[in-house]
Amino acid sequence: MAPPLLQVRNLTTRFNSERGQLTAVDQVSFDIAEGETVAIVGESGSGKSVTALSIMRLIPSPPGRIEAGEVLFEGKDLFKLNDAEIRAIRGNRIAMIFQEPMSSLNPALSVGLQVAEPVNLHRGAAWAKAYAAARELLGRVRIPDAARRLASFPHQYSGGMRQRVMIAMALACQPRLIIADEPTTALDVTVQAQILDLIKELTRETGSSLLLITHDLGVVARYADRVAVMYGGRIVETAPARVLYKAPRHPYTLGLMASVPRLDGEVGRRLVPIEGQPPDLAELPPGCAFSPRCRIASEPCRTARPPLTEHAPQHWKACFNDARA
Amino acid sequence: MPAPEALPANPRAAGAGNDEVVRVDDLKVHFPLTKGTIIQRRVATVQAVDGISFALTRGGTLGLVGESGCGKSTTGLAILRMLEPTAGRIVFEGEDITFHDKERMRPIRRRMQMVYQDPYGSLNPRMKVRDIIGEPLAVHGTAANARAYRERVAQLIRLVGLLPDMAERYPHEFSGGQRQRIGIARALALEPSLVICDEPVSALDVSIQAQVVNLFMELQERLGLTYIFIAHNLAVVRHISDRIAVMYLGRIVELANRAELYKSPLHPYTEALLAAIPVADPEVEARRARPIVKGEVGSALNPPSGCRFHPRCPKAMDKCKSVAPLLTDLGAGRAVACHLHTSA
Repeated sequence: MAPPLLQVRNLTTRFNSERGQLTAVDQVSFDIAEGETVAIVGESGSGKSVTALSIMRLIPSPPGRIEAGEVLFEGKDLFKLNDAEIRAIRGNRIAMIFQEPMSSLNPALSVGLQVAEPVNLHRGAAWAKAYAAARELLGRVRIPDAARRLASFPHQYSGGMRQRVMIAMALACQPRLIIADEPTTALDVTVQAQILDLIKELTRETGSSLLLITHDLGVVARYADRVAVMYGGRIVETAPARVLYKAPRHPYTLGLMASVPRLDGEVGRRLVPIEGQPPDLAELPPGCAFSPRCRIASEPCRTARPPLTEHAPQHWKACFNDARA
Repeated sequence: MPAPEALPANPRAAGAGNDEVVRVDDLKVHFPLTKGTIIQRRVATVQAVDGISFALTRGGTLGLVGESGCGKSTTGLAILRMLEPTAGRIVFEGEDITFHDKERMRPIRRRMQMVYQDPYGSLNPRMKVRDIIGEPLAVHGTAANARAYRERVAQLIRLVGLLPDMAERYPHEFSGGQRQRIGIARALALEPSLVICDEPVSALDVSIQAQVVNLFMELQERLGLTYIFIAHNLAVVRHISDRIAVMYLGRIVELANRAELYKSPLHPYTEALLAAIPVADPEVEARRARPIVKGEVGSALNPPSGCRFHPRCPKAMDKCKSVAPLLTDLGAGRAVACHLHTSA
């Protein structure tokens, strides 16, 4: 079997803050295979976005620092590359789509120029050629009247169209991996579905892998092959999507699924919330980060951190107890 | 978090029959766009809400759903008379309040309150929780003395499931979910009968949303509250509402009881909205047929002619381009504004 396209091993990222050192990502490991869609799901502060930024080495330093771990991509450890080498990978072999398209686009440059830039930069194409490529890319992300829209500026695009431009930029150099960090959170519901369908369809066409960062369990169910659930900076459970939804085994995953109302759920049933508050990274308990909110926490949970162990083939959980729905 | 403590039932909740709390008739809220500094000329009109009607009985919850610019928040603000209606009628507990001035609105405002989306922006950071919750009591002079004030605030704090000693703290010391509880306690201070909730859980973390949704439902049972629940998340709206109005560009396109709306949506926009929302189950998702509508919501400044959804509608006919379909009652509490269902 071919090695996975991306291997993240023991990634640990810390931030200095007024309240001391925070471990935003704590010994996170996962793989992404060729052509696979992996979702990282978690709430704010779970470390899902910091994981994505760490892979791309985009953690602002200071205050942040990648403390340990390695990220193997196409056989290279991204953490050992120099600045020029990582720049040659960013936007080229690995592309990123962010949540807020307006703040990721340059308001003073035409859309055509911004989509053409990576082609010019990474592929060494002359500007005229890169511009022609940009026109084709805008067409591929279904921007109507692409030839004319090249000369427009970001503010002349709607929110959904801007996110299409971001996708066109991400696709420009035929990346092997696309990292999409909450790519549709700022968009209207019907446009969200359009954009996610488009991302999924294009990754399928090009055979590239997708790392999807989201807080939405529905989005994960619709698009992901495999899921990693993060809580308090750690992966608490990971499995193929169908397995995870059918038989979640970590109390946090179980709690999330019971607390989210479903469109096809029983009407009039009370939701079962997860009690308490999301963890404060500055005051994480010594044991399992979820233990203060956990219904089945036992003594060991409060003192020791449960390791991520494979309890069934491909299904890993970080919990000492046996949680079931 | 302790269980919310019992509060003497709202006197108005007692004997709550099928009486109407709020009725909106052909409500329009238009915003003029003007040009010029001294002599202002009207250059265009934003038709934020353009002729909507509904009624809501005591103890019920009407969900208002739709995407940005559909007019759902504007509707809420107009009912509270925080925005001036351009046309139509707003009847609250039997009283036509459409043209009430400030003085006449004052006693009525006690009975209609709002819970806002952003629990960070809607609480004054320099005020203690006690004063945030108690301010409406002070403004309306409903507490007889300092002791009555303190006791009422303490009661409200328990009611929303916060701890008594939290009264002396400031908003920044609380998490998003706790802040939203503070906002709810403040809204309930004057014992309103109608609470308008504008996206009250969408800024909260997923695991916290259920806590707040459950609190809304418990308070409704206990106090006999009537809700207008405004949100874009249909799964949440379906969970909490008994009737749902789907809005698109200033108009109600479909109005139905929640079970029917989800089981058999009639308007193509309702269908599209439902299809767009993923269900948290990969096996259900794999089986689901989901027509994705094209395009994006248009502008309320220059809405499409005829049916405002027609440029995106997969079932649009010639007629839809020119004739605006009226919201037509189909019986059994169901109404739809679509030529597919209303023309003979």
